[in-house]
Formats: sequence, structure tokens, C-alpha cells
Amino acid sequence: MKTFLEERKNQIFQKDGNKFDMVCETKSVAGSVSQRACVFCGSRVVLYPIADALHIVHGPIGCAAYTWDIRGSLSSGVSLHRLSFSTDLKETDVIYGGEKKLYEALIYLIKKHSPKAAFVYATCIIGLIGDDVSAVCKKVTGETGIDVIPVHSEGFKGTKKDGYRAACDAINTLIGTSDTKGISKHSINILGEFNLAGEAWIIKDYYERMGVEVVSTMTGDGRVDDIRRAHGASLNVVQCSGSMTSLAKLMEERFGIPYIRVSYFGIEDMSEALYDVAEHFSDKPSIMKEATKIVREEVSSLYLKLKKYRQALEGKKAAIYVGGAFKAFSLIKALKYLGMRTVLAGSQTGNKQDYETLEELCDEGTIIVDDSNPTELSRCILEKDADLFIGGVKERPLAYKLGIGFCDHNHERKIALAGYVGMLNFAREVYSSVMSPVWKFTPRKQNNLRSDV
Amino acid sequence: MSKREDQYVVTQNACNLCTPLGASLAFKGVSGGITLLHGSQGCSTYIRRYMISHFKEPIDIASSNFSEEAAVFGGSSNLKAALKNVISQYSPSFIGVATTCLSETIGDDVPRLLREFERENPEITTKLAHVSTPAYRGTHADGFHAAVRAIVETFAEGGDKEDAVSIFSAMISPEDIRYLRRATESFGIKPIIIPDYSDTLDGSMWTEYHGIPEGGSTVEEISSVGRSLASVELGLISSEAKSAGGYLASRFGIERKRMRIPVGVEASDEFFNTLAMISGKPINKYYARERGRLIDAYTDGHKYIFEKRCAVYGEEDFVVSMAAFLCEIGIIPAVCVSGGRSGRLERVLREIIPTFDEMGIAVKDGGDYTDLEELSVLQEVDFFLGASKAYKSSRKLNKPLIRVGFPIHDRFGAARITSLGYSGTNALFDRIVNMVIETRQESSSVGYSYI
Repeated sequence: MKTFLEERKNQIFQKDGNKFDMVCETKSVAGSVSQRACVFCGSRVVLYPIADALHIVHGPIGCAAYTWDIRGSLSSGVSLHRLSFSTDLKETDVIYGGEKKLYEALIYLIKKHSPKAAFVYATCIIGLIGDDVSAVCKKVTGETGIDVIPVHSEGFKGTKKDGYRAACDAINTLIGTSDTKGISKHSINILGEFNLAGEAWIIKDYYERMGVEVVSTMTGDGRVDDIRRAHGASLNVVQCSGSMTSLAKLMEERFGIPYIRVSYFGIEDMSEALYDVAEHFSDKPSIMKEATKIVREEVSSLYLKLKKYRQALEGKKAAIYVGGAFKAFSLIKALKYLGMRTVLAGSQTGNKQDYETLEELCDEGTIIVDDSNPTELSRCILEKDADLFIGGVKERPLAYKLGIGFCDHNHERKIALAGYVGMLNFAREVYSSVMSPVWKFTPRKQNNLRSDV
Repeated sequence: MSKREDQYVVTQNACNLCTPLGASLAFKGVSGGITLLHGSQGCSTYIRRYMISHFKEPIDIASSNFSEEAAVFGGSSNLKAALKNVISQYSPSFIGVATTCLSETIGDDVPRLLREFERENPEITTKLAHVSTPAYRGTHADGFHAAVRAIVETFAEGGDKEDAVSIFSAMISPEDIRYLRRATESFGIKPIIIPDYSDTLDGSMWTEYHGIPEGGSTVEEISSVGRSLASVELGLISSEAKSAGGYLASRFGIERKRMRIPVGVEASDEFFNTLAMISGKPINKYYARERGRLIDAYTDGHKYIFEKRCAVYGEEDFVVSMAAFLCEIGIIPAVCVSGGRSGRLERVLREIIPTFDEMGIAVKDGGDYTDLEELSVLQEVDFFLGASKAYKSSRKLNKPLIRVGFPIHDRFGAARITSLGYSGTNALFDRIVNMVIETRQESSSVGYSYI
């Protein structure tokens, strides 16, 4: 079996001291089994956690069915986002148009669920059959008083990143539509934090302990009314930079709100995320004082708890393949803290600058990939003799099939990996896979069975 | 009572998936085969993810990865480039090309494009088959059966009869496929099971990556279905005009034996008797003993479950076979819901359940999980039987859920769940009885240690 497609040769590199020029941000090659999804997927993951909004997928059934309750984004109350609504278009709708169906669906669902807003995701064929989704949304808004927002997320119109942008545009229409009275000068919005396994709550708690007001989290445990007044915050703190930097930029243009990029994974980056915010509010020294206190307390208690894991994992090798490159940076550092080496690092949607940073962070010999596929990934992890693979649900069976430990660091995870407590969970997750005794039976390690197969 | 009061306005938590998913599953049953979806990247990635979460196996599905230009000017060059890249990367002996709503809506003539591709690349030996699967027509079950028919139409060749029987199964588990194989072989005839994903979706470990896992029926085996003694088609819903068995009957005059999926004594008897008739050999003692144990279990467990009320849901053929089985053991299939819209569900249920009206069974086709939940409340069901997606309703109504079918996303070992034949039925029967016992034990303050 041929391993690498010729067209992809500029998307795979090994760090070896030579010039490094990653080709990225391109469409996936036709016929490759990309681990990416589509524009719709990008929009859906960003908007999904807004829990008091109605999310309706306009198109045939697949797109809605495959994204029903797909993420581990928790809500502290209403959980409308965990339901799956679709106009479920049929052949006659494709011929005669789906506008009427969309209109009726919206009217029915708004009456039934009283959402704070509604997002209408246009999928592949909507553009082709000529439905005027924006017009339907406008009409329903007029009749119900509920903001109905079109999300232009036709799957083929770009990559997942374009979907992120469409989602940010949709959120942008809500921002600035409500009063900002009473918001503190020392306030932030948390962007690109989706509250998987309650992670946004962990982060929010740190900031609040520092004396910083969190106006909105976008979109984890998201609420429409918080988003409406998000422009009252003094600073945007952006995680998962791939998905929500464009919104931060829009808010900077519209409201002059500056933004910083952070990551909440690993001790180093988590602490930096607190310090950077404190530094921004240097006019109030107590914030930095509290930040320092939190970091000191959390790190010292963590240090002892991590000892057991570090001892066990020292010298083990890890491969990382995740959606956004920013997460990969943090993971490399976090793994280093556990005594582990990264032998493969890659992302679905990194940009040139991301890959340069990745290269700087990695040791000599590390393989760096953009928009990879199962064949490449397996070849690389075997070649590098990795003990651990960090990825999502599509990468898990790949690692297991080859006899390699696995840690889920994607949308479906049920264990919080952000914050200091997240670092401890991460260590435990890695430890409980890498150190399991079952690997000794795998063919990669041995084959003692007398068999004719 | 067969409909909710409010007529259809919107699908809320769909009880079916899109047609290309079914086709992708069926193509996994062809040896050396890979699926190529002609559409957006998301279709293949979502379907992979959905199937991986059930089977816990790597599943590669390629995509022609439509761009905006392709959507305007046609996907011909994308499709051909994709075929070339899949061939160079995977060296497949077979590619199943399934369309999506996108490529169907713009009107790509895929059969013509495939012929062109073969003409332009005479050196390529990979076999191609095409199935039309726009998501706006039918459900995943329709996509599954259409892909099976497409495989058979593309490869079946006539000739002298061989000692083999063609088995066209429904969406059953890999473990159940293995059972069908063993059972058929016990009659001394060769089973050609289409699709046979028993190894490709439930295999052992590797030392190197196999984009195409070992297993499945080879194209040669598939071509021999045109010479088999008879075909056995599991499922009563799909019409002769659309089924693989129907094709073999009309094209090669091969006798088509059609029956529901063999769950329960009656249905398994029909399956075994049919094989006995086709092969001219009696049922092996091993299976007779299995049957004996199953009936013994029925009698031991009958009282716990009598007149319990069940909500069963999923593909129409699944619902039919499970409802009939439930009736056979004294449970009332009080709610029968499917996302399928063949228009035959209620009729078929009435045919196989003579006491349909007396039992007051509520049937809803083209339904979703919201229908299922509402009907289950109305019908006061005691438990759910089907895919894991009813978990939300099960939790809300505090009624247990027996997971069987597709998908099962919140439990382990879905590929090895059995419900077919005497032993598979026995395993399912044990689970149902134990569920009732457990409910009784848990809800009692006594803490019984014997029940």
C-alpha cells in the first residue's frame, strides 16, 4: 500500500534543521480520507453550546442526525442545544423549495420551546435549490420577536474554518444589542471555550477569584442575553484561536475591545492565561496578587499529585493530532511536564505561523503534519514507536488497532482537561492508557500463539 | 391510533440516518472494498465518526470533497481525481461510489462518469459500483439495501448452479453475521452473505495500518450469486423491485426466499427450515439442541415478562422482527416507531401479528424520537428496545432500555450483541428477563437475594 499521496508531500515534514515551509489552509485532496469535516461542522461546533437558543438544521436529515448531542458541552440550566431539529427535506422539497417548511418549523419550535434566539444552519443543497433562508429568518423574527439568525454553512463552500467564520458572523449579529450597564471595568469575555465536561466553569472560577468579571463565555454554557451585552467587557480572552479569533477581531473593530490568545491546557499555559489577564488590568494590582496566589496554591498542590504519573511516564513517546494547532502547543508542553516526548504533532486547521511555532516547540526528528489522514498517521506513529496518541473519536480506533495508548482530547470528552484540575485529569488519562497491562498481548509487542493464521 | 395529533412540521431527534450511511455500511462487506462518497468532506467524516462510535473500529470512507466550483460546474473532475487518489493510496479491488444530496441535486451522472473513468484508465483493475443515495430520498436502511442491490447488479454472473446460497441480510451485527455463516455451513452449503462485514467491522489487531481491513465477500464470490441455489432475503419491507433477491429472481430465475430477520423461535425455524429445503439436508443436531435450550429458557422466564409493554423502534425490518419476537414471548409491542417511510410497516406488522388490534399497538412510520417518547407515555410502556438513542427518553420516563441494533453509542461491545437464530434470541431473551428482574429488585425495599 502506498502511504503518502504525492499531492500531500508539502503537508508533512520532519524537523531536521532544514527549511520548513508547510503548505496549509488548503482544501483536502479529493479522495484522501481527511479527518476534517466541512463548513457546516465548523459552524455547528462553535454555536452548539449556546444552550438557550434553538438550533435548526435546514436540509436533509443527515447533518442534524450526526450532530445530535454530539459534544460534551454542559449547561448550568436550560439545555435546548442537546436536541436535534431538522427540516428533514425530501425530494419534493428539493424540487419546490424548502422555505415554507423552514418557516413552519421555526414557528412551531419557537412556540414550543420559547428560545432566546434561533440559529438556522443552511446545509449543502440549500444554496443550490435557491431557498432564501435570510428572508425566512427575517419574516419569523418579525412575527415572533425572536432573533432568528441564518448561518451560511453550506458544506462545500470552503473548509471547517469558513464554518467557524460563519458562526462568528452569526454571533456578531447578537453582540451589541443589549444594555451594558453595571459591567465592571475589570471584565472579560471568554471566547473559544466550549465548556466540555464543565471546563468553562473551572476557568471562570479562577478569573472570578482574581476579581475579574466574566461577562460571557462564548460559547460554553452560553446564553443569548450574555452574548448581547458582551461588548461591555474590557478584554476578550480567546482560546481555541482557530475558531473564534475572527469574532475577537470583529469586536475589536466594532467596539475597540482588545483581545489576547490563551490556552488553558497544562500548568504553564494555564498560569500564563491568568497572568496575561492580570497584566491587562494592571491598574488594579489586587488582580495580579490574586492570580499569583491561585497559581502558587494550585501548582504546589498539583506537584505532589502528579509525581506518581511523572515517574511512570518518564521517557514515553506521544503523538498528537488535533483540530486546532494552538491546542497542540499546550499539549507538547504538558507532555513535557510529564516527562514525555512528542514524536508527531499535527492539526486539521493550523496556519503557517502555527506550524512555525510547532516546529520551535518540537524536538529534532518530530514529524509535523497538516490535514492528515489515517494512513499517514498510522505510518508515522508506528515509525516513531509512539506509546500514546492524543486525538478525537476518529483517531481512537486507529491507535488501539495498532496497540497504542490513547487520550481523547476532542469535543466528545467527558473528563475536564482544562485548568489545573484538568492537568491532573490529563495525567491520569494518559497514565491509565499507557500503563495498562493489556498492550503486552498486542501483536506489535509479541505473538506467542501457535496458529495457522 | 397511529398518528400524533399535530401533523408533521419538523423532525425532532431523528429516528433514522441518511442514505449514504447505509450504503457505506453495505460496502464494508465487500473484500478489498472502500466507499467513496461523492459530495462534501463532512458527509464522509460524519458517517465515519457515527459508525466508529458504534463499531469501535477504524473506518475509512473517502470523499470526492466538493468545492464551490464543482457545485456549479459539476463534480466530474473531483470524482475522477478522488478515484485515482483512492486507488493509489489504498489499492482497493473494489470501490463503492455512493452519491450524496449535493451531487444528486446538481445532477452529476455518476454511472456515465464511472464508465468514462474506466475507459480513460484501462490499466486500472479496481472494480467500481455505483449507488444513488441522495439523503432526501429514503433512509439509511434504503441506502443499505440499494447498495446491496447495486453490488449484486454490478457483479452477479449466471452459469451452472453451485452448491451455494445467497443471503441478503439486514443491518445486523458482525456477531450475527458469523452466526448466519455457521448455521448455513452446517447444511453443507456455502453461504454468500452480502454484505459480510463480520471481520472488517469486528476484527483483530494489526501490526501495520490496513486502510481496508481483511474480510468481506470477494468480488468473485459476489459474482457467483448468479449461480446460487436460492437467495434468502432477511426482511419483509423492501420491495422486490428494489431488492437484491428480486434482481436475482428476475435476471437469473433464482428462487427468492423472503422472511423476516430470524429473531425468535418461529422466525428461526423458518430460516432453518428454508436452508434445509434448499440444501436437501436435515437441521444439524447442534442447532436442534440450541432450539431446545431456547424453548426451555422461554418457559423458565415466561412469567417475569408476561404482558409487559415495550416500545420498539429503528429500521422497519428491525421493528417487524422484534415486534414479532416480543409477541411470541408474551410481551406487547405497544409502540412501534420507525424513521422509515416505505408505507408498508403497519401492513406487515398486521400480517405477522394476528392479534394486532386486540393488543392496541401504536405504529408510527416516518417518526422521530419525539414521537417515540410521546407514544410511549400514552401507551404506558415498561421498557424500550432498540438503539441507544432512546436513552434520553428512557432516562426521562425512568423506563429501562435494552440496547440492540444500530447505533449503540453509549455501551461497549455493540458488534458482538446477538439476537439472531436460537442462541442469539436466547441471549436477548436473557437480557429482557434480567432487566425485569433487576427493575423489581432495585425498586423493592426488601433487597431480595433470590428472585
